[in-house]
Amino acid sequence: MGTPALANEPLAVGTSVRIRTLMPPGHVRAPVYLRGKTGTIERAIAPFKNPEQLAYGLPAKEHMLYRVRFRAGDVWDKNAENPDDMIEAEIYAHWIEKMDQSHAA
Amino acid sequence: MPHDHHDHLSPSGHPYRADDDTPLSYWQTMEIAVRELLVEKDITTAEEINAQIDAMDARSPAIGAAVVARAWCDPEFKIRLLADASAASREMGFDIGPMHLIALENTANTHNIVVCTLCSCYPRNLLGLPPDWYKSRAYRSRAVVEPRKVLSEFGLTLPDEMQVRVHDSTADMRYIVVPAQPEGSFGQTEEELAAWITRDSMIGVGLPQAPQ
Repeated sequence: MGTPALANEPLAVGTSVRIRTLMPPGHVRAPVYLRGKTGTIERAIAPFKNPEQLAYGLPAKEHMLYRVRFRAGDVWDKNAENPDDMIEAEIYAHWIEKMDQSHAA
Repeated sequence: MPHDHHDHLSPSGHPYRADDDTPLSYWQTMEIAVRELLVEKDITTAEEINAQIDAMDARSPAIGAAVVARAWCDPEFKIRLLADASAASREMGFDIGPMHLIALENTANTHNIVVCTLCSCYPRNLLGLPPDWYKSRAYRSRAVVEPRKVLSEFGLTLPDEMQVRVHDSTADMRYIVVPAQPEGSFGQTEEELAAWITRDSMIGVGLPQAPQ
C-alpha cells in the first residue's frame, strides 16, 4: 500500500506509483485494467477539472493530471505479448498512490 | 483487424446502409428538442449549426500531415512540436480549438500507437473524424492487450527489439504520432512530403507510404 498523491507537491518524473483500486460508479477516466497496477510518472501535465464531477454539471475541483508509464509485463503479467513494451495513460492525482520506498523498484 | 471493409455491396456496387426506420432514441429526441429551443430563443441559428458541421467535416488528415512534414523538414520546429504540440500546430496557423495535444516521435527503436480504450477520443482538429475501426470495441480493447498482433493485422510487423508504446487517451490530452521519415523521401519539399503521411501513420497503425 502507498500514500495517496493528493498532496500539493507534484510528483517528480520517474516516481513509482500505484493506481488506486476503487470501483466508484460514474464518469471515471482511470481505466479498470490499470487499477492496482504499478508504473512510473512519465510527466506531470497540468491541473484539470475533475471529469467525475464535471460530467454531471457539478462544481469540479482541479486535480493534477499525470501521464503514467506501465510495463506491459506489469499490467498483463504472463499474458503480455512482450513484457518490455509500454502502456502510457493519463491518470488524475486522486487515483494515484505514491509507492512506499520498500515497494519501489 | 476491422479495416473499412464493405462486406455487403448493392448491385450497383455501393455499400448497403439500412434505412433508419426506427424510433428516435431518448438522446436523439433530447438533441432535437435542445437544438430547436436554442434556435427558437435566438441563442443560435440553423445556419450557425450548419456552418459548424461543415467546419467539422472539412477537417482532414491533411492538417496533421502538414504538421508532420514540417517536423521532418525543420528540426527546430520538431523540438517545439515535441515540447508543446498544441502551440506548434497553432504556430502553423491551424485552429485546433482548446485541444491539448501531445506529439509522439517514432524512432529507430520505439513505435507509438494511439487508442482510447474508454471511448473514442481522437485529435479531430488535426485528423478529421476517426475511422470506424478506431471506435470499435475490438480495436479499443485489443490495442492495449496485444498491440503487436493488432499492428500485424494492419500489415505492420515490428521486430522484437523495437519497443511498442501504446498511448491510451484516457483524459484531457489528444495524441498524434510523428512517424519516422522514410529513406525514399529524403530531399523532397515539405509539400511533397505531406503526401507520404497517411492518417494511419499518425495513429500509429501504419507507416508513411510513397504517394501513388
